Amino acid sequence: MSTITKEKMTWFFACKVEDVPANGGVCVKYKDEQIALFHFARRGEWYASQNLCPHRQQMALSRGMIGAQQGEPKVACPFHKKTFSLADGRCLSDEHECAIKVYPVKLEDDRIYIGVHPIPG
Amino acid sequence: MKIVVIGNGMVGFKFCRKITERQIPGLQLVVFGEERHPAYDRVHLSSYFEGKSTADLLLAPKNWYADNGIRLLLGDPVHHISPGVQTVTSRSGITESYDVLVFATGSSAFVPPMPGTDQKGVFVYRTLDDLELMKSAARKARRAAVIGGGLLGLEAAKSCMDLGIADTTIVEYAPRLMPRQIDQNGSEILQRQLLALGLKIRTNAYTTSIRGDGQATGIGFEDGSSIPADMIVISAGIRPRDELAAAAGLETGSRGGIIVNDRMQASHANIYAIGECALYDHTIYGLVAPGYEMADIAIDNILGGDRTFGGFDMSTKLKLVGVDVASFGDPFPPPDTCRVIVFEDQVAGVYKRINMTDDGQYILGGILIGDASSYNMLLQKVKNKIKVTGKPEDELLGSRSSGDTAAGVLGLPPDAMICSCESVSKAAICKAVEDGHETFNAVKKCTGASTSCGGCAPMVKDLITYTLKSQGKYVRNVLCEHFGYSRQELFDLIRLRNLRTYDDVLDHIGQGDGCEVCKPAVSSILASLWNDMILAKGNDTAQDSNDRYLANIQKGGTYSVVPRIPGGEITPQKLMAIGRIAEKYNLYTKITGGQRIDMFGAHVGDLPLIWEELIAEGFESGHAYGKALRTVKSCVGSTWCRFGLHDSVSYAIRVEERYRGLRAPHKLKSAVSGCIRECAEAQSKDFGIIATEKGWNLYVCGNGGSKPQHAHLLAADIDSETCIRYIDRFLMFYIKTADPLTRTATWLNKMDGGIDYLRNVVVKDSLGIAEELEREMQLLVDNYKCEWKEVVETPALRKRFSHFVNAPEDKDPNVRFETLRGQKKALEWK
Repeated sequence: MSTITKEKMTWFFACKVEDVPANGGVCVKYKDEQIALFHFARRGEWYASQNLCPHRQQMALSRGMIGAQQGEPKVACPFHKKTFSLADGRCLSDEHECAIKVYPVKLEDDRIYIGVHPIPG
Repeated sequence: MKIVVIGNGMVGFKFCRKITERQIPGLQLVVFGEERHPAYDRVHLSSYFEGKSTADLLLAPKNWYADNGIRLLLGDPVHHISPGVQTVTSRSGITESYDVLVFATGSSAFVPPMPGTDQKGVFVYRTLDDLELMKSAARKARRAAVIGGGLLGLEAAKSCMDLGIADTTIVEYAPRLMPRQIDQNGSEILQRQLLALGLKIRTNAYTTSIRGDGQATGIGFEDGSSIPADMIVISAGIRPRDELAAAAGLETGSRGGIIVNDRMQASHANIYAIGECALYDHTIYGLVAPGYEMADIAIDNILGGDRTFGGFDMSTKLKLVGVDVASFGDPFPPPDTCRVIVFEDQVAGVYKRINMTDDGQYILGGILIGDASSYNMLLQKVKNKIKVTGKPEDELLGSRSSGDTAAGVLGLPPDAMICSCESVSKAAICKAVEDGHETFNAVKKCTGASTSCGGCAPMVKDLITYTLKSQGKYVRNVLCEHFGYSRQELFDLIRLRNLRTYDDVLDHIGQGDGCEVCKPAVSSILASLWNDMILAKGNDTAQDSNDRYLANIQKGGTYSVVPRIPGGEITPQKLMAIGRIAEKYNLYTKITGGQRIDMFGAHVGDLPLIWEELIAEGFESGHAYGKALRTVKSCVGSTWCRFGLHDSVSYAIRVEERYRGLRAPHKLKSAVSGCIRECAEAQSKDFGIIATEKGWNLYVCGNGGSKPQHAHLLAADIDSETCIRYIDRFLMFYIKTADPLTRTATWLNKMDGGIDYLRNVVVKDSLGIAEELEREMQLLVDNYKCEWKEVVETPALRKRFSHFVNAPEDKDPNVRFETLRGQKKALEWK
């Protein structure tokens, strides 16, 4: 499955490295979508997820604090501090909460690209 | 060995559980139950009407019995016993032989002999089936009457109300409610609370008949009067289920009950009786805890032991219709054998009574209504005959000089029974902690303490803390997985090592990559220590989200803006400026509780524009987004008010401008009142100042909010300069020592020594740190800058205030508003 997704993946240019605060996030507009992009500078890692927090349907995750739980990267929603794994999107603070969508991120020099799947049809 | 148990109630179940825990080889256990359901929690029966299901109330799921090798026969009561050949036969015809027979048949509701009890609409309150019948009848019922004002009667009355029958009357034969547990005065307080809930009460009422013609219509009394009711619940006491035992030739009491010796043996050596069906020393023990103890004794003796039952304390604590009611030890000994201390508060609905020995040295028992928080400790003092040290009235009212309230558990002897439901002693709990069970849940699991009624949970927790402390283990609140320190320790370490950014702190004294708990806590410490610009590089993303955007996020993802209006004083020009700016950016405006103006609904991208205009009009940040000084509220004071003693507005402005931007473990609120009328409500603030004839009174550690707390007087009649010095010391001491997100009120409540200690530190300088505290505060005051001014003037900081990084001009299209009373409001979230 992974090979198929890689082939179908579209990489769009999000922004430059300097546009994203170290150890924080920004919101990237992609067509009608809002994607939260995080620079985990301490670990030299980049993550992207949906910007919508599923708890109260608020476009806010990009403004949340990031961190780690037992080494797993996570983001805390600014509204009620629900935390979500940036690795696989599952909610870490409430097992009943929906997971969030996560996206792959790649760097070319100082340019950041986020991988999305074209919506069929 | 084969044991047959008759009855699957709470005590019968406890017998099964305890004996299977012993894992006896070759044990066969057969249980006959009369009801359809396996054993359930009869103590919390009324919670069935509060929405709990039968399954919630079960003590163990049905398969537990089979899983533990127990043959459970439900809905099939034993009909006949042949002690000679040692067999029992059930109604359905099953015959089982036994080596040991255990009666755990419990009791049934006592229905007084009178006409009309067999009609429709008459119920007893005893089993789940009774409750189900009541539930279906309640739909049509309009008036309920409960005969019996004892424990169960009050529970039944509450259930009637829970079932939607607002017109419910409690009928009691005695002159007061709960005549066996509480005295006249206590009963009156309880009665008043019940009346306030809408219950009707009739005491001194001897019911002689239930009226009706097949369907109950009311009850008639001895004096010829009557009350109408179409649902009647009889709760006039219990009657031990001894009919089977009597038929089998076992000795029973004249008023019911299977007579047992102190080993729980009935008049046949291999037949035992436990729980409410057993009559020991002319007493039926109608509570669950003694029943459990009897189950333990019976098991011990069946297995060859020789433990004996020595009676049982009938102390009880429960919540009746939301009112705490407790009675412990001997609630009313004869007046000539004791001395009584009584506290009665008709306003709060609290009544407390303790009976002391004649010499005032020991507690014999007592009654607590409305507030039973001291029940556990008092009960332990009765049971263990602990000598009262200090003033006897402190036992009732709590020590009025602050001190260590939890230390009480230390004074208990090792064999003090902490959990009487599960018979867990203090020694057992301490041993569990010493063996490494260091959390409440671990101790609960290991010892069984607090697994039944849960009433002893606070004492168990105190014991855990004190055992750990006595082992030399420092019980501390470490911040999170990234920092193994308390906030106070972190504060000192960060200062000593002169660390300036969150990442520095994490690299030097933390581990891992941080999280949403330690980031704001460390950021707050850094701000309290150095007062650097909080959005300086490296610290911006370690701020809590509101601090990062210097505004409060609201529903829908927009922000609110609060400029500082010191003391609540504002010129007409500035008022107009706020009006103009709010209108321009389409903001909802509201006056806050702290005498300033909040503007809601600002897009993140508009924040720097709004602040640019506010700053141009002479405003600065109000720090409404930070754990920082919020407002210093004031009354108008002596400049206009005919009562005012001093100029409270000027002083409030001075105080607010001194501490503006001060970051602390939690938000800080203050107020200044110009006279004792206290219009600024200073005694509900973290620090409040009230004018007196001679100067100012300084109050500290008050709180509004969910747990209101009156502030304590720290110093009286001090001049303006002294007052500021004391506030400097007080705030700095709080900032340095409080846990994260702890308001001053909670901080003081946890402080050993309380307000007396705090006064010694702040006023008398008992620690010799006053000068240092003042110096540190002065540094913060000198370093103050308006954060918003810096953002507005710094392009790199301004750049962060946009919704889309790749479309900075676009606003979040998801933000939507509605209109209400001519202003906008956030769209309700899902």
